[in-house]
Amino acid sequence: MESLYLLIPLSIAVIFFALWIFFRAMDSGQFDDLEGPALRILQDDDSVHENPATPGIPVKK
Amino acid sequence: MVMSALISPSAASATSCYHCGLPVPVGSHWQVDIEGAQQAMCCPGCAAVAQAIVDNGLTDYYRNRLSLPAGVAETVPDALKLYDTPELAAKFSAADGGAEATLSVEGIRCAACVWLIEKRLSQVPGLSAANLNVATEKLYVRWDATACKPSDILQAVREVGYTAYPFDPIQHGELLRKNARTLFKRLFVAGLSMMQVMMYAVPAYLAGASAIEPDMEKLMRWASLVLTLPAVLYSAEPFFRGAWTDLKQRVLGMDVPVALGIGAAFIGSLYATLANHGDVYFDSVTMFIFLLLGSRYVELVARRRAAASLETMQHALPDSAWLMKDFPATRETTLVAALTLRAGDVILSKPGEPVPADSVLIDGVTSVDLSLLTGESAPQKKGIGEQVVGGAVNVSAPVVLRVEKVAQDSTLSALIRLIERAGQGKPMITQWADRVAAWFVGALLVLALLVFAFWLWHDAARAWPVAIAVLVVSCPCALSLATPSALAAATDRLLQQGVLVIRPHVLETLDRATHVVFDKTGTLTEGRPVLRKVTRLGRLSEAQVLQIAATLEAGSAHPIAHALASRLDSGWQAEDAAFVPGQGIAASIDGHRYRIGSARFVAGLAGNLPEHRAAAGVTEVYLGSEHEWLARFELADGLKSDAKPTIDWFKSQGRRVILLSGDAQEIALQVGTALAMDEAHGDMLPQQKMAFVQDLQRKGAVVAMVGDGINDAAVLRAADVSFAMGSGAALAQAHADAVLLSASLSSLHDAAQAARDCMRVIRQNLAWAALYNLVAIPAAAFGVLSPWMSGVGMSASSALVVLNALRLQRVAPR
Repeated sequence: MESLYLLIPLSIAVIFFALWIFFRAMDSGQFDDLEGPALRILQDDDSVHENPATPGIPVKK
Repeated sequence: MVMSALISPSAASATSCYHCGLPVPVGSHWQVDIEGAQQAMCCPGCAAVAQAIVDNGLTDYYRNRLSLPAGVAETVPDALKLYDTPELAAKFSAADGGAEATLSVEGIRCAACVWLIEKRLSQVPGLSAANLNVATEKLYVRWDATACKPSDILQAVREVGYTAYPFDPIQHGELLRKNARTLFKRLFVAGLSMMQVMMYAVPAYLAGASAIEPDMEKLMRWASLVLTLPAVLYSAEPFFRGAWTDLKQRVLGMDVPVALGIGAAFIGSLYATLANHGDVYFDSVTMFIFLLLGSRYVELVARRRAAASLETMQHALPDSAWLMKDFPATRETTLVAALTLRAGDVILSKPGEPVPADSVLIDGVTSVDLSLLTGESAPQKKGIGEQVVGGAVNVSAPVVLRVEKVAQDSTLSALIRLIERAGQGKPMITQWADRVAAWFVGALLVLALLVFAFWLWHDAARAWPVAIAVLVVSCPCALSLATPSALAAATDRLLQQGVLVIRPHVLETLDRATHVVFDKTGTLTEGRPVLRKVTRLGRLSEAQVLQIAATLEAGSAHPIAHALASRLDSGWQAEDAAFVPGQGIAASIDGHRYRIGSARFVAGLAGNLPEHRAAAGVTEVYLGSEHEWLARFELADGLKSDAKPTIDWFKSQGRRVILLSGDAQEIALQVGTALAMDEAHGDMLPQQKMAFVQDLQRKGAVVAMVGDGINDAAVLRAADVSFAMGSGAALAQAHADAVLLSASLSSLHDAAQAARDCMRVIRQNLAWAALYNLVAIPAAAFGVLSPWMSGVGMSASSALVVLNALRLQRVAPR
């Protein structure tokens, strides 16, 4: 039973850590759009801004 | 690209800040190099932001922006004065010299807030009307511009703890999102805290208090206390703040018993933990907060859904348009901002794009989808010369249009303004529920005190938990939510079905209506009579009488005018035209006086007419001059296909269905018989129609009137609840309580069904709230319920009420 003296304070720490993670995620807008990121990964950003002289060739970064 | 369409402050005035548009103070030296030109800035802040934008390669922002950055008008007390500037005051001014505005209000938690804000506003001198719509969080105000300033109103709303600013759809959406995000955070904290506190509480419940070592129990209590703190301090903050605002205003709102319950339970538990004896209720506290926030979250989601259809409409007009500058010569197009379109501009409408303004089709054939405006899903064919309403989506082919009205004056904008004002008053039933809720809270606090005193004397150890249980179990949320949530959901559903509810009492009164009175032309019939036959009665030829008739009717919106309009030739001009509603038109052409209209009306000018019997179903229009009768026009009008089912349905509901028509008795009877209506009266002048309706009302009838056109304005006002057909004369709907946007009678059926469903849901909700309180409060007072059971019961009953109302949003299949 003595282990509870460690485990209970530990559980409190875990809860506060979870809250901290959740607040960070919420404030960074991760929950605002739950569908967009899944679609966005399918779009290749291969437009050529830097070098208009060679259209159609993706710029390697 | 056309630059003039985009906002470029330097073009408007040399002394305004390029970034924010505010005036640049004299002698300021802040400048930023934007695309090779030095641009003046009003302050180092703007200069820094602009420099950052340029440095990050985002100069496109200035090229593409259509409005200046928001935040210029941030609502801090000093900034409120901004709203008093003459430019903004002009924006607020209404037609009749007063001023009106629709404001967004931040921080509305429940129906009680509405009452509070309206009460505070009623104390502002010069304010004549203030109506807050809970569903859309919008406040409609009218005030006398000489007696008070806009900032006084905004300041008054701030004083009671809310933030208000002029309504802006984009900002409003942002606000709703921000609120939902904060509420969700509070809910999450409360939920996590509840689960963990429960983990510490369950062993004690299962094992019994004596089985756990005192040291361990103490540890668990302290752990619970630490985890309850964020729930009480962060999640429950809106309840405490709401209760504090209520008390400051000497009002008993719904937050008062909630805050008292949470506070009492928490302080009692805190004391027990510190003193190390007595019971703790940390689990009840966290659960109560979580469940209450949960039901508020559900309500917020419901409100957002109700506001969503309105937002779709607001975004229906596109921002840009393809302008064809030299149309007949070339077909070149330039992209311009839709706001810069003027009447007479020629634009290209591409398939898949919404039409930017009310216009006339001048080249091509296409189909348009009007579902957003009318709820009618089948695309409609449009040919040359036909009207296309702004916001309609072109679905098949590119066509050329000529703009008739600028975007701000378009039909859609007029509709949006109507909708914004719609639902802003309050139906009787809601006012009643609000008043009851306020009394209820007062009585409840007294009861809690009495119960506490009784238990203190009877069994002191249980006094505290019993008083908490009474406070928590009886929150009047269910009572206050019962009606507004149902009305908002039903109104939203009707808008999707093409019925725009303008006055709040429509659903309530329509459900009670005992008599449904229909106008004939344009309501039961297509409203587009066609010219069947012309009979000459005088010397003039057929072509001549048609010319005269078309010229006389040219300025009229009466359906008969449309049947003749195709014969209209330019060059003729009617003078001294006098419209006699329900009878006809008198005017002069080339110095000769003519009358067109009913036989009786024309007889006043042309003398008596030889007897003639009109064929059934045919409307006769006569034309006469001061010397003789000229012609008889026979016009026929077909019944609408949905007229019969709608009438049958109302009859099956036990309503009396009556036809009142300005046309001949015979035609009225013929239509009435065809539709098996209870009564049909023809030859009715507008005054007679009104007298007829008022006579019914004196006999105790509740009259619903469905009409169309200018002739019906008076009788629509007289009826208990009135509907105007959406295609009626120039949106005569200002007089009607609701508008059938699709101009089809089946939407009247929808409205009646929605009214019945809505009233049923309201009755269910109120009955549930009453029953629940009757059972739960005595149970709590006699100590049968523990605080946590009360929390579950109260939250479940609120959630039930909101979910029950949400059922109304579903469109029932017919």
